[in-house]
Amino acid sequence: MKMNKTTKNNMITYLMVIAAYVIVQTMSSTGHLSRLLSGLLVPICVYTIAAVSLNLVVGFSGELSLGHAGFMCVGAYASSIFSNIASDMPSVPRFIIAVLIGAAVAAIFGVIIGIPVLRLRGDYLAIVTLAFGEIIKNIINILYVGVDSEGLHVATSSQNFHVAADGKEILKGALGISGTATLYKDLRDYFFLIGVILVLVTLFIVQNLVNSRTGRAIMSTRDNRIAAESVGINVMKYKMIAFVISAALAGVAGVLYAHNMSMLKVSTFDYNMSILVLVYVVLGGIGSLRGSIIATVILYALPELLRGFATYRMLIYAIVLIVMMLFNWAPAARDWRSRMMEKFFGKKNEKEAA
Amino acid sequence: MAMLEVKNLAIQFGGLRAVDNFHISIEKGQLYGLIGPNGAGKTTVFNLLTGVYKPNEGVIKLDGVDITGKNTIEINKAGIARTFQNIRLFKGLSVLDNVKVGLHNQNSYDTFTGIFRLPRYFKVEKAMNERAMEILKVFDLDKEADLLAGNLPYGKQRKLEIARALATDPKLLLLDEPAAGMNPNETQELMDTIRFVRDHFDMTILLIEHDMRLVGGICEELTVLNFGQVLIQGETSTVLNDPAVITAYLGE
Amino acid sequence: MMSFLSYLKDGISLGSIYAIIALGYTMVYGIAKMLNFAHGDVIMVGAFIILSSITKAGLSPALAILAGVVLCTLMGITIEAVAYRPLRKAASPLAVLITAIGVSYLLQNLALLIFGADAKSFVTVIDVPALVLFDGKMTIKGITIITIIACIVIMSVLTWFVKNTKPGRAMQAVAADKDAAQLMGVNVNATISLTFAIGSGLAAIAGLLLCSAYPSLTPYTGSMPGIKAFVAAVFGGIGSIPGAMVGGILLGVIEIFGRAYISSQIADAICFAVLIIVLLVKPTGLFGKNIQEKV
Repeated sequence: MKMNKTTKNNMITYLMVIAAYVIVQTMSSTGHLSRLLSGLLVPICVYTIAAVSLNLVVGFSGELSLGHAGFMCVGAYASSIFSNIASDMPSVPRFIIAVLIGAAVAAIFGVIIGIPVLRLRGDYLAIVTLAFGEIIKNIINILYVGVDSEGLHVATSSQNFHVAADGKEILKGALGISGTATLYKDLRDYFFLIGVILVLVTLFIVQNLVNSRTGRAIMSTRDNRIAAESVGINVMKYKMIAFVISAALAGVAGVLYAHNMSMLKVSTFDYNMSILVLVYVVLGGIGSLRGSIIATVILYALPELLRGFATYRMLIYAIVLIVMMLFNWAPAARDWRSRMMEKFFGKKNEKEAA
Repeated sequence: MAMLEVKNLAIQFGGLRAVDNFHISIEKGQLYGLIGPNGAGKTTVFNLLTGVYKPNEGVIKLDGVDITGKNTIEINKAGIARTFQNIRLFKGLSVLDNVKVGLHNQNSYDTFTGIFRLPRYFKVEKAMNERAMEILKVFDLDKEADLLAGNLPYGKQRKLEIARALATDPKLLLLDEPAAGMNPNETQELMDTIRFVRDHFDMTILLIEHDMRLVGGICEELTVLNFGQVLIQGETSTVLNDPAVITAYLGE
Repeated sequence: MMSFLSYLKDGISLGSIYAIIALGYTMVYGIAKMLNFAHGDVIMVGAFIILSSITKAGLSPALAILAGVVLCTLMGITIEAVAYRPLRKAASPLAVLITAIGVSYLLQNLALLIFGADAKSFVTVIDVPALVLFDGKMTIKGITIITIIACIVIMSVLTWFVKNTKPGRAMQAVAADKDAAQLMGVNVNATISLTFAIGSGLAAIAGLLLCSAYPSLTPYTGSMPGIKAFVAAVFGGIGSIPGAMVGGILLGVIEIFGRAYISSQIADAICFAVLIIVLLVKPTGLFGKNIQEKV
């Protein structure tokens, strides 16, 4: 039965993540993990969450979003500001609330941006998401936030930014936010575990969403907008659901990123970050969540581990990206592949629905 | 009271009156044909009936309810489902899921229930699966339920489109050239299926068709459209023998 | 008042560069129906070719410009044939867009490996005396004058070419309906190749003008002006040649005024806000045509 097959598939993905965690933890406790590699673990979780959530929009809703880093940025800053304001709170509940705030603020931005963006299609949608990503970056770049006994201060230039001596300046424009990670010293050793849990939560949400009534509706809008409307599917509504959930989860990735960093700078969340996440999604297979995870882990870890490779990393990404797209999507390549399948397996390749 | 009652329907594109003074009255349970030469405005009539275009004039009543000017989604909910001349399936979804998308507004639970797998999710999904398989069986597609819709052979894709439309539980089914691209055997089989759908689902069906054997074989009444206007309306045998119809098709 | 005029002059100068880049975008988008993300990077490559031809190969400025235009043209044709053409009939419209992003990355990183990440200062290729107005209260740089003239000339020639030559009419036919054009005997592949050739040749000129006005060249030089030029093309109405010119100049003026009167830090945000507003209020731009999907 179909039901069991998808459930089994989902389980394999969860188990894969858990197994990876167990192996890494074992290596770490037996001292087989280099400092370099352990430094990569949390960022890998960050990018995995980002890639899985972007895949929801690109793979399942069928829209190319180039502003994913913008949502990560919003989540990162909103949660860091909260953590700095609520620094008296015990760290565990503080972190949980920070995650929820990051997700919620990113979701709100998802709604605000989604309303205009989702009216557009294809190339226009892509370029406008890119535009919004840049606008978010530009605005946070001039934002100053501080807190003192009089309350919260927000300004758009350093001249107008005055925080009393008893308070603290949290966000200082282009200088960003520093010291968020030190607020979580006691959780330091558990950040990888937290990252893995957030990856699992993300997977849980996206996998279950995709295999539900809402998910089918989302995919129907991807496959044929006009037919979807003809069977009573509200296309805008379902594109919006996918976009907002994706934004919220990107926000979570941003929270994890920000709380793992001693310095949070807005310049990190540029267009290139969005493209990098897109590369993971495309190379892992558009619409394949497990593929996104595997691609992220390999592509993130590899260049850091192979020093010589780092120089050529982006070049190789670019070439692989082009070749993958041609191989997977060009009608000629598809025909060739199905001919090869016929030749070697003696029958037509009838791909079953996963 | 008629199932579909259309009066004085008209739409203009630029200066061109694509459909003008169109009227039709279809009784419940009728198998009705809309024919006419290429470019006569048949598909435009379908697009008007399903809210893809908004008419400039006229009234459309479905089962006594005025649906003029409503959008596609509202019209589907009101009870009109359709297929397309150029097949529009959800190619990346399985055959079963295509029908389940059709059931979207029949069996419902919210996104939260879906993500967190609340009891209602399992109950409704089970009901949806059963209903979808039932519909697929009618079209002899139940064995292909797990295949991707895009991998079905052409004839079966046409059938799946009808199955998906039926899943929305319509009062009126619009078929846009269901036999296009089919061989005589497949057409014959399709005719049986359409008749079966009418009887089994107690359906009212309006179809556009070029294949005169199909039209003559199953339609009880016909409307002939020419240059966007109704040329003649009436019983199939009378209409097909009318000299004006022959002229319209064959030219002067 | 003088500062206003001076900003206006700067805006028109920047806008003329956007306009030339936007012409390339708008032709490719109008005819091949694809967003060529790599267009901005072709500009950068063109600038590097011209710079190295002068500093390394010792060519004269005229020959260097010629080399830049010819090599970029060939590159444009090659990119289209290898990376874009096989995907023209792909099932998903995202395929060619993502590939274009890949090409953009490829060009940037090739340039990074060959020329390094540090900014190269661009040599003076065009040496035209500045125009001094209002008793020295305002000077218009030679390069500004050349840029504006180049922009007008290129637009006029392109408009004439598309309207009055056989290949130009073939372009119009392909833009309107690829399949129908094919049936009418138009060589669609050759026409799209020609479009990329023209767009990429123009990109080399745009690279020269951009780096002459802002003489600092890195592998990322083309990327932001490229995206902004796309904004300009959308603003003017994608597919429209006069639209690209008007959109480019308006965007340049808006950007310089935004920098001067609002904040230099959010000038880019202002440009992008223009794009969003245009797409929401008039998605077809100032000179665009309306297209609806057929059911």
